[in-house]
Amino acid sequence: MNTDWSTAYRLGFRGEMNIYAAAELQQQVQQALRAGGPIAIDLSDVSEIDSVGIQQLLLLQRECFQTQRALRITAQSAAVEEVFNLLNLHARFC
Amino acid sequence: MDLNPALQTFVAECDELLDQLELSLLQLEHQPGDRELLDAVFRAAHTIKGSAGMFGFNAIVSFTHGLENLLDRVRAGEVSLDADLSALLLRCGDHIKSLVPLAVDDRALDSATIALGESLTRQLGAIQVPLEISLKSSTVNELAALLDGGAIGSPARTASLANDFAVLMQDDEDKPFAVAVNPYWSISLQFGPEVLRNGMDPLSFLRYLSTLGDLVSVETLDSRLPPLADMDPEACYLDFEIQLDSSADKSAIESVFDFVRDDCAIRIVPPTRKVAAQLAAVATHDNGSAKLGEMLLDVKAVTEHELASALATQKAEAAVREAGEAPRPLGKILIQDAAVPAAVVDAAVERQQQQRNAKAQESRLIRIDADKLDQLINIVGELVIAGSGTQALAARAGAPEVVESAVSLLSLVEQVRDNALGLRMVAIGATFQRFQRVVRDVSQELGKEIELSISGAETELDKSVVERIGDPLMHLVRNAMDHGIEPALIRVASGKAARAQVSLNAHHDSGSIVIEVRDDGGGLNVEKIRRKAIERGLLSANANPTAQEVRQLIFEPGFSTADAVSSLSGRGVGMDVVRRNIEALRGNIEIHSEEGVGTTVLIRLPLTLAIIDGFMVGLGAARYVLPLDSVVECMELSGEYRDDVAGRGFLNVRGEVLPVMRLRDVFDIADSGARRENIVVVRAGGLKAGLVVDELLGELQTVIKPLGKLFSYLQGISGSTILGSGEVALILDVPGLIKRVENARSPGLAVV
Repeated sequence: MNTDWSTAYRLGFRGEMNIYAAAELQQQVQQALRAGGPIAIDLSDVSEIDSVGIQQLLLLQRECFQTQRALRITAQSAAVEEVFNLLNLHARFC
Repeated sequence: MDLNPALQTFVAECDELLDQLELSLLQLEHQPGDRELLDAVFRAAHTIKGSAGMFGFNAIVSFTHGLENLLDRVRAGEVSLDADLSALLLRCGDHIKSLVPLAVDDRALDSATIALGESLTRQLGAIQVPLEISLKSSTVNELAALLDGGAIGSPARTASLANDFAVLMQDDEDKPFAVAVNPYWSISLQFGPEVLRNGMDPLSFLRYLSTLGDLVSVETLDSRLPPLADMDPEACYLDFEIQLDSSADKSAIESVFDFVRDDCAIRIVPPTRKVAAQLAAVATHDNGSAKLGEMLLDVKAVTEHELASALATQKAEAAVREAGEAPRPLGKILIQDAAVPAAVVDAAVERQQQQRNAKAQESRLIRIDADKLDQLINIVGELVIAGSGTQALAARAGAPEVVESAVSLLSLVEQVRDNALGLRMVAIGATFQRFQRVVRDVSQELGKEIELSISGAETELDKSVVERIGDPLMHLVRNAMDHGIEPALIRVASGKAARAQVSLNAHHDSGSIVIEVRDDGGGLNVEKIRRKAIERGLLSANANPTAQEVRQLIFEPGFSTADAVSSLSGRGVGMDVVRRNIEALRGNIEIHSEEGVGTTVLIRLPLTLAIIDGFMVGLGAARYVLPLDSVVECMELSGEYRDDVAGRGFLNVRGEVLPVMRLRDVFDIADSGARRENIVVVRAGGLKAGLVVDELLGELQTVIKPLGKLFSYLQGISGSTILGSGEVALILDVPGLIKRVENARSPGLAVV
C-alpha cells in the first residue's frame, strides 16, 4: 500500500457536511477516489456534520480499504469531534 | 412493623407460598414423584425468589436460588426426593420463613442465621455435586483430550461424549435467570432510507437518547452502504447498536424515537436486571382479567407501541392463513419482533394460567373486613331482640293478625340471624393441616413412626373459635404422641402395627361441633391416675370413683402422669390449661380411653360465640341468664333445705355434697321476704354448685353483648343481653361463680 503522505490527495471539506450539501459531498468523494494514492482528509473547516456527511466518510473509508489505499484524517473541527465522540468513530479514522 | 402495601403483599404471599411449599412436600412423602406437587414446590420457591428480588432482598434471593436449582433438578428427575432430602427442603422452607421478617424490617442477619443458611446451602450443594462430578471428571477430561487432538476412541464413544457435552452446555438454558448478564439496555436502530429527506437526522436521536442515560457504547454500522455507483447521497444507510445505561423504562426509551417510528426499525432489549424485575413483577402480577399483552405491558416488558404492532402482525397473519391453521401466538410474535425476553413471556403465560385457575376459585369468594361482619351480626342481634319485643307486644294487644305477622317476621329474622352467623363460619381444615408438619417433626424427634389422619376438615365453626382452638389442639396432639403412643417395640410386642395412628376428626352434633383427637396408643392407666390423684390430694384415699371419673382427673390442675418429663410435654402445664382454654370458649372436654387400645379426647364447642342458649332466672325484678349448657338441674328449695343453706352453705343432694350460694348475697339484693325459692344446679370445670334464685323463667336464645371496659373487674358476670321487653339481663359467669364458692369453702367440693 502506498503510504507516502507527501503524495497524498488532499481532500478538504468546508462548511456544512449535511443534507443540503449531499450531492456536492459525494462528488468530492468520487473525485478523491478517482485520483489514486493516499487520501488525507482535512475536516478543520467543517462547521456542521450530520449523518449525510458521516455516510460519505464511511463510504470513502470502505472504498479505500477495498482498493488498498491509505486514508487518514489530518485535522478536524470541534463539530466533527463532537459527532465522532457520539458515534464512537475515532478508532475507525484516527 | 409499618409496612407499605407492596411489602405487606410480599409478606402475605411468602407466608402463603411457604405453607404451600411445606404442604406439597409433606404430600409428596405420600405420593412420591407426583408431578403437580413437584411443580407446586418449585413454583413456590421460584415465586418467592422473584418477589424477593423485586424488593432487593438479596439474602432471600441467593438462598432461594440454591433451593430452586435443586428443586429443578428434582423436577428433571436428576435427583430423587427421598426422606432426607425432604427433611432438608422443609428446613430450607423454615429458614426462608425466618429470613422474610428480617428482610422486611431491614435487620441484619445474626450470625446463627447466617451459619444456618450457609449450612443449608452447603447441604443443598452437596446433593447437586455427585451428578456434576460424574459428568465432569470423566467426560470433560476425555473431551478435553479429544479437543486437544489426543487419541480418539471408538466412534460410539465419541458420539456419546458429544451427547454428554451437549447436556452440559444446555445445563442452564431456558432458565429465567440464566439470561446472559447484560447490565445495559441494548438498542438496535435501523433507519429507513427516507429519514434524511424527511428532515430528520439519526444523530439527533442519539443525542436525545444520551439525555436519558449514559451511552456506554455506540457502534455505527455501515454494512448497508451500497457500492459507490449506487449510492444515493440523500438516502440513509446507517444502523446503530447502542448500549445505554439508564434507569428509564422501556416506553420512555421508545418515546425518544416517536418522530421516526414509521421510518425506523427499533429493537430495545432490556438489561438483565430489568428482566429479573419483570419476571418478579410477572410472578406477583395481580389482575385477574389481564390478557397476556396487558400483563407484559403492566410489567413494562413491552411498550404500548410494540404491543399494538404485534397485535396487528398477528391479525394480518391470521388473515392470510388457511382456515384451521393456528396463528402465531402473541407471545411468540413479541419474542421475535419486539425482543421481549422469552423468559418473561413464558413466566407471564404461566402466571396467566395460574390466575385463570385461581380465578375460578376466587370469583366465588369475597374478602370482608371482620369488623363489618361483626357489626352486621351485632345489628342482627338487635333485630332478634326487637322482633321478640314486637311479638310480645302483639300478643298483649291480642289482635290475631298482628300476632301472626309478628311470628312470621320473627321466623324470618331468625333465618337472617342464622345466615349472618354462618358468614363467620370457616372450615377447620386449615387448622388441622398445620398438624401434618407437627406430627412429622415430633414423631422424628421421638423416634416413633406416627401417621396423622384427618377427617371432617370441611366442618365449619366460628372463626374466633377456630383461632383459639389451635393451641389446645396442639397440646392434645403432642400429648397423644408423647404419652399416648408407645415405643414401636412395645407396640409390636402387643400385636399392634409399628406405625401408630393419630387422628383428628371434626363433625357437627346437635348445634355444637365435636373435635376428636384420637390415638391408638397405650391408653390411660386408671390405677396409676388414681394413685397419683390421691398422692396429689385430688382424691381422698377412701373415695370410690368410677374409672371414667378417674380419667377425667387428668384435667385437674397440676396433674401429670408422665414418668419422664420430655421436652415436648409433661412439664406440669398440662391438661388443666387445655380444659381452661376450652371452657373459655364455652366448650367442654372429656377423655375416653381403653387401656392398651387407645385414647380419645372429645372437645365439644358451641358453633358460635355470639349467641347462646340461655336459661333465665329471676331475682326479685332483676333477670339473669345462665348458659344452658352449664345447667344440670333445677329443684325447689323446700323448707328442710332452706335451713341447711342458711346454716352450712351446702346441701345433701341424693347423698352428694353440693355447695350452695344465694345469688341475692352475691349481688347484694335486698331480700323481698317470704317467697318460694329455687336452686339451679350448675356445673363448670368438673365442679358443681347450687345457685339459689327466686324464679325459674325458662330457656331463651340470648345474644351476648360484651360488657364495657368499665365493668371488666366485675366478678360473676360475663356479659349482658337485652330481653324482648327491652330490659337488660346480665349473663352469669358460671365458672367464676363456682370459683367463688370454691374460695369460700375450699375443702369438700363435689368432684363430678
